[in-house]
Amino acid sequence: MGRIDGGRDFESLVLPHLDAAYNLARWLVRDPVAAEDVVQEAAVRALTYFASFRGDNARGWFLQIVRNAAYASMKLDRGLRTVPLATGDETEAAAPEPVDPADDPEHTLLKTQAHAGLDRLLAGLPVELRETIVLRELEELAYKDIAHITDVPIGTVMSRLWRARRLLAEAAQREAVP
Amino acid sequence: MTRPHASGECEMTLLVQADFDGELDAAQAAALAAHRADCPICQAATESLGRVRQALREQAPYHRAPAALRARLAAQAAPRRVPSVRAAGWRRAAVSFVAGGALAASVMLAVVPSNAPGLPDQVLAGHLRALEPGHLEDVMSTDQHTVKPWFDGKLDFAPPVKDLKADGFPLEGGRLDYLDGRRVAAMVYGRAKHVIDLYAWPEAGADAAPSVTERDGYNIVRWRQNGMALWAVSDVERDQLVDFARRWRTMP
Repeated sequence: MGRIDGGRDFESLVLPHLDAAYNLARWLVRDPVAAEDVVQEAAVRALTYFASFRGDNARGWFLQIVRNAAYASMKLDRGLRTVPLATGDETEAAAPEPVDPADDPEHTLLKTQAHAGLDRLLAGLPVELRETIVLRELEELAYKDIAHITDVPIGTVMSRLWRARRLLAEAAQREAVP
Repeated sequence: MTRPHASGECEMTLLVQADFDGELDAAQAAALAAHRADCPICQAATESLGRVRQALREQAPYHRAPAALRARLAAQAAPRRVPSVRAAGWRRAAVSFVAGGALAASVMLAVVPSNAPGLPDQVLAGHLRALEPGHLEDVMSTDQHTVKPWFDGKLDFAPPVKDLKADGFPLEGGRLDYLDGRRVAAMVYGRAKHVIDLYAWPEAGADAAPSVTERDGYNIVRWRQNGMALWAVSDVERDQLVDFARRWRTMP
């Protein structure tokens, strides 16, 4: 494999940006396990290519790889269906499950009003708007870095940010009105 | 819903946003401020941008990388080097999720004679990680004809998927995993309340009989069959895991 004697360099390039990588992957593929696979895949790619990395923006470089891996994964998964576990006898009896919030209307209501609402609104944005707003508001990246990672001109970043924010503002306002 | 909000049109709105995002220099920002003083649309836009930002930063979860993922990547970056204190620390952190720190440390740092250094550690780490809630299977099915096609397109080889339900080891699903920097198939089998992970990946060489490695309560049985390396890892009794391997090997 491509790790050879550069392990130290790879670690210092990639590992400090793992939270950013996972957060981006998680918001793109919207599933914790798939997001781990995406980051893992991106790390394998980064390991292969990092010898050719020239620059000072390791975070942008790695996030670009993560984004590409996430898109590849979403393409791959399209059309694949998840097969539910045939609920047989002993297989279910593992760890005690947390109480399903859906069983408790009050809890559900509270949750919807706080996190779940915005969480869901953001998750429901078209993917190109979602990635742009996540990189801006959660990663606090500059326009030029977002443009680099998402491979579009800065003007497109600006218009996507604007659309994303407007959609969120409008949706939030709709939710706030009973 | 009758009051106007920030979605009104003004040709300056993208500049308002750029200002809000700290992308304007001082002169541009001053010019914009002069415009905004007279433009209710841009004033409303500024307020709206602030509300959205506040809501996002307060309410949208920032998903930090799981410790186990970090540990695997650290191990992957340097599996053949003498483990640095840092890497060992990461591995400990990861495994303590499920196994308790002291046990994990002794598991992960044990030196085991092997012709593939690091691989037993990785196999065990993968197994332990998979035991975290929600990680066990990517595809959950007791039907090998569902599990097998699921791997198609995800791997560059076709893993041998067999169901040993009749032998007391029902197939429960499969997932992708990473060992030594490559994708491998992991098949998940049940044994009463226990879980057996069977890893498979192509490996050149003649068939090799099973050999057993033991690590603080976890057993690993590995063999080679039809150009495929097969590693079974579990906390079931050693004899049971050997029995599993024997039945798996002889099943057509």
